Amino acid sequence: MPPKRKNDSIVKVEDVGMDVDTVIDSGSEEEARKRTKNRRAKPQRKAKRVSDDEEDDEDEDEAPRKRGRKKKARPRDSDEDEEEDKRSVKSKGSKASRRKAAKDESDEESEEEPDKRKKGGRATSKKEKEEQNKEKKGGNGKGKERESKGGEKNKKKKNGKLSSSSSSSSEGDEDSLSEGEIAALKEQVEEKKKLIATLRNKPWRMKRRLVMLKEAQEFVEKFEGALGKGKGRKLYAYKVMMTKKFIKFKRDFENFKTACIPWERKIKEVESHFGSSVASYFIFLRWMYGLNLVLFGFMFGLVVLPEVLMGLPYGSIARKTVPRAEQDSAMDFSVLFDFGGYCKYSFLFYGYYNNERTIGLLQFRLPLSYLLVGVGIFGYSLMVVIRTMARNANEGGDGGDEGEFTFSWKMFTSWDYLIGNPETADNKYASITTSFKESIVDEQENQKDENIHLRRFLRVLANVMILCCLGGSGYLIYFVVKRSQEFAEMDNDDLSWFEKNEVEFVMSLLGLVCPPLFETIAELEDYHPRIALKWQLGRIFALFLGNLYTFLFALFDEVTAKLEREKSIKNATEWALNQYYANYSSFYNTTNVPPPDVHPSDVVRGPCWETGVGIEFVKLIVSDVQVSYLTILIGDFARAVIVRFLNYCWCWDLEAGFPSYGEFDISGNVLGLVFNQGMIWMGAFYAPGLVGLNVLRLLTSMYYQCWAVMACNVPHERVFKASRSNNFYMGLLLLVLFLSLLPVVYTIMTLPPSFDCGPFSGQEKMYDVVMETIDQDLPAFIGNIFTYATNPGLIMPAVLLMVLAIYYLNTVSKGYQQANLDLKRKMQMARDEEKNRRNNKDSTNEVMKDLEDLLPNKSLIPPPIEEEPPPDVVVEKNSKSTKTKPGSAGKGVNLQKEVSLAAPNPRGPVTRAPGARGRPPGNPRGPQPGPGRGRGRGAPPRY
Amino acid sequence: MGNKQTIFTDEQLDAYQVRLVCVFYSRLHGRYHELAPHLVPMDYTNEPDCKLPLALIVNMPELKENPFRNRIVESFSEDGMGNLSFNEFVDMFSVLSEMAPRELKAIYAFKIYDFNVDNYLCKEDLEKTLNKLTKEELTPEEVQLVCEKAIEEADLDGDNKLSFADFENMITRAPDFLR
Repeated sequence: MPPKRKNDSIVKVEDVGMDVDTVIDSGSEEEARKRTKNRRAKPQRKAKRVSDDEEDDEDEDEAPRKRGRKKKARPRDSDEDEEEDKRSVKSKGSKASRRKAAKDESDEESEEEPDKRKKGGRATSKKEKEEQNKEKKGGNGKGKERESKGGEKNKKKKNGKLSSSSSSSSEGDEDSLSEGEIAALKEQVEEKKKLIATLRNKPWRMKRRLVMLKEAQEFVEKFEGALGKGKGRKLYAYKVMMTKKFIKFKRDFENFKTACIPWERKIKEVESHFGSSVASYFIFLRWMYGLNLVLFGFMFGLVVLPEVLMGLPYGSIARKTVPRAEQDSAMDFSVLFDFGGYCKYSFLFYGYYNNERTIGLLQFRLPLSYLLVGVGIFGYSLMVVIRTMARNANEGGDGGDEGEFTFSWKMFTSWDYLIGNPETADNKYASITTSFKESIVDEQENQKDENIHLRRFLRVLANVMILCCLGGSGYLIYFVVKRSQEFAEMDNDDLSWFEKNEVEFVMSLLGLVCPPLFETIAELEDYHPRIALKWQLGRIFALFLGNLYTFLFALFDEVTAKLEREKSIKNATEWALNQYYANYSSFYNTTNVPPPDVHPSDVVRGPCWETGVGIEFVKLIVSDVQVSYLTILIGDFARAVIVRFLNYCWCWDLEAGFPSYGEFDISGNVLGLVFNQGMIWMGAFYAPGLVGLNVLRLLTSMYYQCWAVMACNVPHERVFKASRSNNFYMGLLLLVLFLSLLPVVYTIMTLPPSFDCGPFSGQEKMYDVVMETIDQDLPAFIGNIFTYATNPGLIMPAVLLMVLAIYYLNTVSKGYQQANLDLKRKMQMARDEEKNRRNNKDSTNEVMKDLEDLLPNKSLIPPPIEEEPPPDVVVEKNSKSTKTKPGSAGKGVNLQKEVSLAAPNPRGPVTRAPGARGRPPGNPRGPQPGPGRGRGRGAPPRY
Repeated sequence: MGNKQTIFTDEQLDAYQVRLVCVFYSRLHGRYHELAPHLVPMDYTNEPDCKLPLALIVNMPELKENPFRNRIVESFSEDGMGNLSFNEFVDMFSVLSEMAPRELKAIYAFKIYDFNVDNYLCKEDLEKTLNKLTKEELTPEEVQLVCEKAIEEADLDGDNKLSFADFENMITRAPDFLR
């Protein structure tokens, strides 16, 4: 503070009527203290009146003086720090309540104090301040203490602000305090502590706060010591330290938790530049990675590892050996790349696994485990998908903002004040801009209203067109597949290249042409981009189902063919074996026939259709990876490079013009991911290694695509907010899961397993493994239970019950939804009403204040700062306002009653609204506070 | 009472106070000092009257990247020009610290966003805020839209600007505001 204030100090000191000797040192400080005192005095008094009866003796001395002080000081206040005053007024309501809370807690200071002290030095200095203050008070009442304190204070002041020679000199004197004095002291100490606790919440300048604090703290410190409570100090200090440490730890832990979420940073980075819609794909990808990791764990932990560790080694039996004919080329890269050769006879595929019931020391039942894991993968995925969907549904919302203050919150709270790193700051800017853009798009959609009929017509038209496209491509696929079946029966040499690859050709053509076509047609519909994305996803999904259909079709053809071949081979081997046994026994004339001594690679073997299917899936996945990575490399990276560098020497602007940079194709990528997962689910049973492969794929594509997006793509033209729940993606995934469940279960339940490969060889059906286990290894009663449970008579009612339960739950959830909607509407209404009311200046707050004024207990509200209009004026205004209401005077009178006596009555504002509107036009809203406030203020006298 | 000295000696009391006050103050003072070693005396016992200009404080790493840095410093300075005395400096850090209560932060946030210091957030304030937040990446129409919407959302008394009551009402419900 400027030094000139020093001159005032003496005058002010006299104003305050305090012991002058305390004030020698700095005028500014003294003044600040005075100010603070004023401020403090008001609320404190009020608070005291409520609860502290014990304090009477002290208080009565002080109250008048404080009041006097307040009055004197107020004018000065108003010149000197108007704005502060305003601030404090504004926040008074909250302050008052806070103070009350503080009072309540005052018994358990131990809680509060660490709080104060957390602040570090601030808190301590606060204490000092408080103490001084106290001293003054105490000084009045108790002459004995006064001297010592005064002296001490001087000393302290001399030591400067930071001094802390708190209680050294005075301690001796205090020993001789009487009991009554001690009690009074205690009160004061409590009070000061409260002050310390709440001081931080006060919007004062630091200087004032410091002074206050110092006084209070010194007091507390000294007299706590005097009262023998001081031993708490160590504990406090300890607690403060611990709280600090705890907070820091908490923050570190949060950081650690965030750091533990894989790729969180990458995704946030993408999100800040490309919007949440693109980020939603990556989040989905990450989720998928997690799921696959678990599946991988199951598969490897329960199937692959046991077989590799405890099963027979490679080359011991036929199914684990490369046949003689293939051995020459088994290590060729081209063969391995097609998953032939050594790959085919490795643990990656179904055929490798032995059908021994138990393996190893642990008696691990591998076939049973294989089947259970195969089915369990589906069960687990189903559970996880559904659970995630349910949880997401709780979070709710289709991504639209529901909050009341979307834009305000974005504007005022989006910046993170902890950012200190330029790069982070840039990202934050980008993300704020993006999120604003997202909200703007939403808002524009809300505001858009045009010809509804035209739009409806266009939407129907678009849907018809797309349905035609879908139907056409569906028929095309069907036709092509049919033809290919015909071709398959013809001789291979007669066919041209095109005829041989017709199906693939048509499929890729459709995949290439249809999505952009759909997108173009979808522009007719003019949906919000978020909804448009969903439609697009659904449509392309339907198209891709054709892909799936052809693929499965081809696969089943292959399987049936292989099954037939296998049957003949099986017969032949059996016949050969019989022959061998017959010959052997007749030749050596013994029944003890050793098994034929054939090298495993020479054994005649079946085609093993399961391995064939597994290979198909693995190949598909690998080629899919290749294609998608190449697409990114060429379609995004090469394009970006060309656009970027050829732009210098080209005749038109490449960046703004035709090729431009690519946008991230959300729908395509999401669907790619979904169908890829479908393939994994289907193929995992036949190729246990597939899951591991997929984990690798997801891992690489995470990094690769993140890089590609950040490096080569530009944000969408209309960045839109993704739906918060990702549930649409999940829904698609669920559908695919179900679709892929069908063929697998079908094969498990109906097709006979190969006779010479895989864990189920020798069984009639794959699930016989389970039956066998139940029969042989489990106690009999479980088998009985199982038979009962599989009884149709029991299953039918169970299904019925489930259907009923679903129906019931569905109804209930609909009811809740309805209730939710109603509540939302009510909230909206309430908000509008409140707004209305405030516009009419009969704000609820105002009325509430009046209500509180009426109550004897005034502690809750701060004293009104602005002068209240005198009552008569109020009445006049009231009557005026009612008079001006056209033809509704009676209503107006009723209204007033309602307002003044029953503020929360929600009907009040509604009835009043027309009145307000009825006021003379040209009367702007601004001047209206007069009547409104007046009406509110008028209430007390009436009461 | 009589046994107080045995429990707690004066030296200990002193030590606590000195330590807590000094750690906090000297650390902050150190920061303050190193901003302008030639202006700020190391010895603060007799409250020298010195202020640091805005340009120096804005360059502290804590504020350097903040789009509102100038406003922050200005709203904490008594003269409104961004010159901070040491006490104001301490003030600023205490409000910005994570321990500061919500209400206090709301008050100062309001001050910060109130660019033209009229105790209301009017449209120009919001526009400035928005442009600082987005580095002026939004088109003027978008800025317009956002500001209108923000006022419409938070303005409860219908005067087309946000008073502190409006602001507090809005900001205390914000999920991101000091959780």
